[in-house]
Amino acid sequence: MSAELLEAPATTETLTIGKALNLGLRRAMEDDPKVVLLGEDIGRLGGVFRITDGLQKDFGEARVVDTPLAEAGILGTAVGLAMRGYRPVVEIQFDGFVFPAFNQIVTQVAKMHARSRGLVPMPMVIRIPFGGGIGAVEHHSESPEAYFAHTPGLKVVAVSNPVDAYWGIQQAIACPDPVVFLEPKRRYWDKAPVDTSATPGPLFGSRVVRGGDDVTVLAYGPMVKTALQAAEAAETEGRSLEVVDLRTISPLDLEPVYDSVRRTGRCVVVHEAPVTLGLGAEIAARVTETCFHSLEAPVLRVGGYDVPYPPSKLEEDYLPDLDRVLDAVDRAMGF
Amino acid sequence: MTALRDETDDADIGDLHEVVDPVPGAGAPHLPQQPDLVQLLTPEGERMEHPDYPLDVSDEELRGFYRDMTLVRRWDAEATALQRQGELGIWASLLGQEAAQLGAGRALRDSDTAFPTYREHGVAWARGVDPLHVMSLFRGVDNGGWDPVERGFNLYTIVIGAQCLHATGYAMGVQRDGDGSAVLAFLGDGATSQGEVNEAMVFAASFDAPVVFFCQNNQYAISVPLERQSKVPLYRRAAGFGFPGVRVDGNDVLAVLAVTRAALQAAREGQGPTFIEAFTYRMGAHTTSDDPTRYRLAGEVEEWKLRDPIARLKAYLSRSGLADAAFFEDVEAEADRLAARIRSGTVEMPDPRPTAMFDTVYAEQTPPLAAQRAQFEAYQASFEGGEHA
Repeated sequence: MSAELLEAPATTETLTIGKALNLGLRRAMEDDPKVVLLGEDIGRLGGVFRITDGLQKDFGEARVVDTPLAEAGILGTAVGLAMRGYRPVVEIQFDGFVFPAFNQIVTQVAKMHARSRGLVPMPMVIRIPFGGGIGAVEHHSESPEAYFAHTPGLKVVAVSNPVDAYWGIQQAIACPDPVVFLEPKRRYWDKAPVDTSATPGPLFGSRVVRGGDDVTVLAYGPMVKTALQAAEAAETEGRSLEVVDLRTISPLDLEPVYDSVRRTGRCVVVHEAPVTLGLGAEIAARVTETCFHSLEAPVLRVGGYDVPYPPSKLEEDYLPDLDRVLDAVDRAMGF
Repeated sequence: MTALRDETDDADIGDLHEVVDPVPGAGAPHLPQQPDLVQLLTPEGERMEHPDYPLDVSDEELRGFYRDMTLVRRWDAEATALQRQGELGIWASLLGQEAAQLGAGRALRDSDTAFPTYREHGVAWARGVDPLHVMSLFRGVDNGGWDPVERGFNLYTIVIGAQCLHATGYAMGVQRDGDGSAVLAFLGDGATSQGEVNEAMVFAASFDAPVVFFCQNNQYAISVPLERQSKVPLYRRAAGFGFPGVRVDGNDVLAVLAVTRAALQAAREGQGPTFIEAFTYRMGAHTTSDDPTRYRLAGEVEEWKLRDPIARLKAYLSRSGLADAAFFEDVEAEADRLAARIRSGTVEMPDPRPTAMFDTVYAEQTPPLAAQRAQFEAYQASFEGGEHA
């Protein structure tokens, strides 16, 4: 490799997921004056995770709106703004607080385009910091993605790294459909180099992030890192895991998964959400339908247990970790 | 000062200084004294003045209101009949609420935008929506066939109160655009209990959004009477949110017009929201699936018939010589023609194309849904004749 290739281009900087989102939002706001941010504490404070830090100062209170403390109100007024031609980007402060807004999201945001036969588009991004692992109190560690993925009319993505955070938020804002944008809150501080002049891949596409031959491991959001750690550990035991970052939860992009499973014959799906009727169930069904003759083992799921997210002293027991992924890999190999 | 009528003393009709029960039959327990009711046309068709709501309305406009209300009532009757004959799945009648809806609808300017519930057929009429585009919803052909952007009239919202937030958000957009238009959110008395409606009023107040909340208090949320929704008159709720509340005689098209115009104008001028309680009565059932005899007395309905919104305008037009028998006959004939058009247009309405349900879920179709659509088409094509009959 030549010396100049090793040198980082000037447009590459090392960013956390949080900072990448912040820069992505800034760039989207610069690109389109119709982008309006709405949420609780997102203005002067910059959001409880500081994702919108500095944006109100630079874009003004009309574009970065500290709303009253009412999630249905935030989503419902965002619907009206979208009808008026704006592109609202809503921040739900924590995953567990999205439920007061659930009615608006499911009955209005998701259905408006179909209800109006396409006459009223709903270009809206609903940002939700999701998942556990931060030692929080109740309602701050939930994984509500399946509710949204089960709702026709919504698109749902989960980012796992700073590059996808930077580009993904801009692509979601540019998308003409409503996008539930899930941010892995415990990974907000994970860093990676981001080339801000690169050409990003499609938002609604999954991606093989580590090649392997024995078992295909699928994950999204915070569990991608866990899956990669498991793959590294497995390698020391002579097992080769292929890791796919699903990236998009609705629509699912499973072609790369099918390609992978046809080679490996084994598939493990990992998510934090409870396993029953979670994304893993849908993926298991689809992989089985499509790759039936290639499978050496049933598709296995690693997820949260079917209990309310527990108090934080128990969350390490609840959350899938490297060992639970490897345990599932062992079981898959045992068939 | 509000002009009101004392039902116990007919000689006092028209006495502007008498502040008493506004409407005959108001002795019923659910109809409290209403000293604050704005009324410009009594149930007997007497024109009143109100110091806060002077109304400049031409003779042509007055006749127009009679025409509007009569045609809409006829449409409503035809729709109810069509439902009974199996041509509509359901119909939500506006009978008795014509004045509230036409008064509010005609207060809007072309550039304004309205957010209806599912009963605002009168407002739809005022916004130039083809009745057949409303009928198609109740026939199950679509979710409303009009263009909400072109008409400035959102599609019907069936989840109670959800549209109040949309109206508020839309008004926040209007505010940013600075185009001087206003937004009118419709809701019913039951909706005032919804959290989202209360959130809409909080947002509208906090941002001084140019939105007017127009509540048709028709006394019932399906079967549940008003007193289960509120311990205070609804218009007084507005004070708690920090903006004006007005109660208007919802069966008086002139008062509704005047009050709504004033509220919309205030919104346009940056004075923020107003809550209007149009005090009216749902003369019919909640919908064609409802049986109101299970929860209200016939006598109550009879009392409200005396306050009919169309009869009082007809009385005024006749008494003041603004319309003659030929005019009323013409309107009746036009109503017959409209009913015939609605009937034939409804029964001849084609069913939607089956694949249409896949086509506008997203602005950008997804590969999985496109695949499902293809599967569906292949399945349909597998039947003899090409389509699953």
